[in-house]
Amino acid sequence: MVAAVKERQAFAGGLLPSLRGATGPLIGLIVLCLFLTLATDKFLSIRNFLNVLDQITVLGVMAVGMTMVILIGGIDLAVGSVLALAMMVLGYLNVVLGVPMWLAITLALGAASLNGLVAGLLITRFNVPPFIATLAMMSMTRGLANMITDGQQIIGFPAWFNMMAIVRFGGFLTLTVAVMVVVFIVGLLYQRYRHGGRVLYAIGGNPEVARLAGINVQRATVLVYVVCSFLAGLSGMVLAARLDSVQPSSGVSYELDAIAAVVIGGTSLSGGTGGIGGTIIGVLIIGVLRNGLNLLSVSPFLQQVIIGAVIVLAVTAETYRKRK
Amino acid sequence: MTTRSPILSLRGVQKSYGPIKVLHGVDLDIYPGEVVALLGENGAGKSTLSNIISGTVQPSAGDMTWSGAPYAPANPRAAIDEGVGMIHQELKLLPKLSIAENVFVGRYPMKAGRIDRKGMEERARSGLKRLGLDVSPDRLVEGLSTGKQQLIEIAKALTLNARLLILDEPTAALGGEETQLLFQQIARLKADGVGIIYISHRLEEIRQIADRIVVMRDGAKVQEFDRGDVPIRTIVEAMVGRSLERMFPALPTPSDHVALEVRGLSSPANTFRDINFSVRKGEVFGIAGLMGAGRTELVRAITGADPISAGEVLLHGKPVTPRSPIDAIRNGIVLVPEDRKLQGVVLDHSIAENIGYANLREISRNGWISSRRIREFADGFIQQFGVKGRGGQNAGELSGGNQQKVVLAKWLARKPQVVVLDEPTRGIDVGARSSIYDLIINLAREGVAVIVVSSDLEEVLGVSGRIMVMAQGKQAGILNREDANDVSVMELATI
Repeated sequence: MVAAVKERQAFAGGLLPSLRGATGPLIGLIVLCLFLTLATDKFLSIRNFLNVLDQITVLGVMAVGMTMVILIGGIDLAVGSVLALAMMVLGYLNVVLGVPMWLAITLALGAASLNGLVAGLLITRFNVPPFIATLAMMSMTRGLANMITDGQQIIGFPAWFNMMAIVRFGGFLTLTVAVMVVVFIVGLLYQRYRHGGRVLYAIGGNPEVARLAGINVQRATVLVYVVCSFLAGLSGMVLAARLDSVQPSSGVSYELDAIAAVVIGGTSLSGGTGGIGGTIIGVLIIGVLRNGLNLLSVSPFLQQVIIGAVIVLAVTAETYRKRK
Repeated sequence: MTTRSPILSLRGVQKSYGPIKVLHGVDLDIYPGEVVALLGENGAGKSTLSNIISGTVQPSAGDMTWSGAPYAPANPRAAIDEGVGMIHQELKLLPKLSIAENVFVGRYPMKAGRIDRKGMEERARSGLKRLGLDVSPDRLVEGLSTGKQQLIEIAKALTLNARLLILDEPTAALGGEETQLLFQQIARLKADGVGIIYISHRLEEIRQIADRIVVMRDGAKVQEFDRGDVPIRTIVEAMVGRSLERMFPALPTPSDHVALEVRGLSSPANTFRDINFSVRKGEVFGIAGLMGAGRTELVRAITGADPISAGEVLLHGKPVTPRSPIDAIRNGIVLVPEDRKLQGVVLDHSIAENIGYANLREISRNGWISSRRIREFADGFIQQFGVKGRGGQNAGELSGGNQQKVVLAKWLARKPQVVVLDEPTRGIDVGARSSIYDLIINLAREGVAVIVVSSDLEEVLGVSGRIMVMAQGKQAGILNREDANDVSVMELATI
């Protein structure tokens, strides 16, 4: 009866509801920013804010794809390896074979997407659990990335490539940040206003209900893994631009950072609730936290401890709030 | 029988959640060796009451005594220690463990620092024997029928020396034979002096099993009968608080036009084979049979949810044998599945979203969709079907009857030609059932071909123009309304 009185704010309109379920993380982010503003004199500046944005580009792009996968009740452990593979394909094609950059990027993203296709088919056609399928892909893809140069890094990209991550157009956005912002906006709009986006919630909520409702669950699942891998590849392009080099050991354990960002943002690992709005906040929390801890000269090891604690805090706070 | 003292007495037990009072001072006595049927619609307070007795919920006021001593269990553990066994509607067994392990889970008998497997199996065996259950205690629970699993739950309670058992809808998922087996075991327990509180929506069986009947409505005890064989109508009237007109509305006359035809349909797993029937526009076609007769599998195959190995499905004479639910839905053949909570609705999504899920293409324009549009789309159906809830509310907060209306609304928005309902009123209280029957008959009146699968004989007989009876995967016969009664149907079902 009490529950019947409670009406969800699901339909308030606009993009704000995309943050539904993420109000806790949002408050956490604000508190964090306030604290760092008081604790350091460098935190609150446009320059530092732009730095934070630059630092979260790779994680941000990757986490959007991860959100979609987790939303349908899946998981993708291979994104870190896919990032590395895409980078190595890019480097090999462009630097070693001299393929023009636009084509090299396209093919690198294609290679990344192919990974998602294989994972998606393993999951839907052969009923391999997503955890296992992507665990296997993680290993295979990392191996492939290493095989391209036998573990060596590649340098020697055209000069403008690195500039994408350095030059601030209009004194504001680097191209890599712009890529992330576009991914955020497209992701948000897709999830909230596209037929295909709503379907993800139905599948995550209960795949059997979705199937009986005439939703093509298999196709949607494969597509989600393809998109997630594509975005992992794209984050690889961003990282390559930032580093101005590629190496096959890039992106190790990035999948865990992406999962952490999604979970901190309030998306449930069992699927069906949450979304990209929350993930953006989750990514910002991780970015601001790392930036702030660096400004406070906290050792990188202690940073790991603190980030772990934040994950626990975010999830327990959310669970507690829901129980009430 | 009242010369004995009660095992459990409740006096003026109340429960409030904030300002909302859900139990208004209930008095109840349970004597050893009797079965008390606790009846009432959903929300009448039966669950709250049994949760208080089993220690899950604490009362706000009132007293309980157990064998004369004050009784106030702080948690389920305390109630179990006193000797209260609660058998939940949803079974809580671990499928990958053996029967013996399930019976003793969490309190394994130990011997020399190790689990005493032999002793455990011995004690489990004697518990099973007491219930007349002939299965080995070292076999896995997985694969046992629901009825047997139910008995294992009871065996578990008995090894805990339960003197009071609360059975919450124990027969909801049982077929006729299993129900009878359960009743035999209940009779044994009675003879052993165990008191039993029996909660059920199946009123026909109350007559067989109950020694007393307690009817609750809106959180209060409204009537008590000192015998079990009270006419169903009298009980129902006490439950709903008004006298009932006929439960089933009059059937419309079907047209001569055959809408759906099924020819020689068989399943790869052999759960049904060589099924032939046709349903006309405006006809309600019932499918009856015992548990495991293949009814659910058949209708799931017709609606594309399960595979078909042979035969075909025709709609208006054209073959439309579906390979997936998408196929069937495109042709206007839809299923309201047996298990609402697992197949019908997403419980933690809103009513509007649930109605939207089957209609996303229709709601969206060029693939664009918004929550507001889903909400507007759903609102009309929520009103039309009298769903007691608002679009933004979670489906899980609704009663079973209202959830079922949401599932129906989801499909009827698509103007289907054939609607298949599998156990449309399972777990739905009597008052709400008649509104589901009205919906079914209205569909037929609008020219839809309707198929109703039900284990509830009275229900199939009440709503169907013709009834096909299935037995062990085969079609045992089709009865016209005039020839169908409980005897003729059961005769065919038990062939």
